[in-house]
Amino acid sequence: MKLEQLRTKLGYQGLLLGGAALLTSAALSFASRATEADIRAAEEADLKQSLAQVLPGKYDNELLKDTVELAETGGVVTAYRARRAGKVEAVVYRVIGYGYAGAITCVMGVSREGKILGVRVIKHAETPGLGDKIEPAKSDWIHGFDNKSLTEPAPARWAVKKDGGDFDQFAGATITPRAVVKAVKGGLDLFERQKSQLLDESPTPGAQP
Amino acid sequence: MNEKFARIIQDGLWDNNVVFAQMLALCPLLAVTSSATNGLGMGLATTAVLVLSNTIVSSVRHLISPEVRIPVYIVLIATLVTLVDMSLNAWAHELYKVLGLFIALIVVNCAILGRAESFASKNNVLDAALDGLMMGLGFTFALVLIGGVREILGSGTLFANAHLLLGPAFAFLETTLVSDYKGFLLMILPPGGFMAVGLLLAAKRVFDQRREARATTAPVAETSI
Repeated sequence: MKLEQLRTKLGYQGLLLGGAALLTSAALSFASRATEADIRAAEEADLKQSLAQVLPGKYDNELLKDTVELAETGGVVTAYRARRAGKVEAVVYRVIGYGYAGAITCVMGVSREGKILGVRVIKHAETPGLGDKIEPAKSDWIHGFDNKSLTEPAPARWAVKKDGGDFDQFAGATITPRAVVKAVKGGLDLFERQKSQLLDESPTPGAQP
Repeated sequence: MNEKFARIIQDGLWDNNVVFAQMLALCPLLAVTSSATNGLGMGLATTAVLVLSNTIVSSVRHLISPEVRIPVYIVLIATLVTLVDMSLNAWAHELYKVLGLFIALIVVNCAILGRAESFASKNNVLDAALDGLMMGLGFTFALVLIGGVREILGSGTLFANAHLLLGPAFAFLETTLVSDYKGFLLMILPPGGFMAVGLLLAAKRVFDQRREARATTAPVAETSI
């Protein structure tokens, strides 16, 4: 057998390894190009869907293209603006809280008056069965933020009940709701600080009908 | 020929089951079996990768020098998993949102390398594909069983959220066994996974021993009658 002898040669083995690496990387780069556009479209649809959940009502602009970059101490926050007839009615942005098991990423929608339209947790790693009641599928706790603002309740009451605030904690899990409440409060503070920039109504490129 | 296929099928599903006999793939197993639905998702994704990797490894087995086989297999398997991951993300995004986590975990599933090494590299393509399918189904069975036990004890439900994985037609699978169950967190967390695996493993051993004992004593009993 010629192949049998060939297989024991060092050069053949080197070529085999190189060939395998070359072929697989070629397959990967081809697949990456073929799927790139579809993956981006699917992720955009996902983002749009999560934005729509915290924005009740109808808006007539392309949310994903109407963004403002806010310079904050922790980095840049991207806010999406929802408009009706050119007027900014609401803004949506991401806030991050630090719970029992790392970051809890939420999106929150705030109306131009500074009222919360909705909050959703989009990513977390909290304990299943205890901390995961922040998901709307498991409990309606997250809807408790609807229509709240910095004046309602008063800033001092923006805490879980255990800390003398207005929001429920869960049996067996205080750290998780505490983190979410703190993150949402931080989001409202951000709205107050950046109000002028968020509600700036000069048209952004590609955003106006 | 048929006997060989029967052997492969029985090995994959029971006698040489990935989890209950080979004790492989425990890392992804403990991570995902907090519910039966998760177990099913992980099992099906792994089955697909196992069939593909066994088929490919078997079809190039004559070209591969034994000295460099391991890196070649690893590169092949990692590529396959990445390809599956990318195409699901692009063309079956809803499914990807449910299975996405598990697909990345398949890379750390030593059962796949194990089958490539111990079976696919020594057998023809058809046998290897069948072995991959059966090993995958055996793994799926083990995952669903362990996930089911943990889910029933831990949260009092079975196949919760099955409609997210299989589509709304399968919503009938979702059952709440104990209504108003407060939950038993230990079973949902990794220690519960170890306990469930250990107890099921012991149960399989007992079952197999009984079966063996019956098989050896049965002819004796017949002659004595």
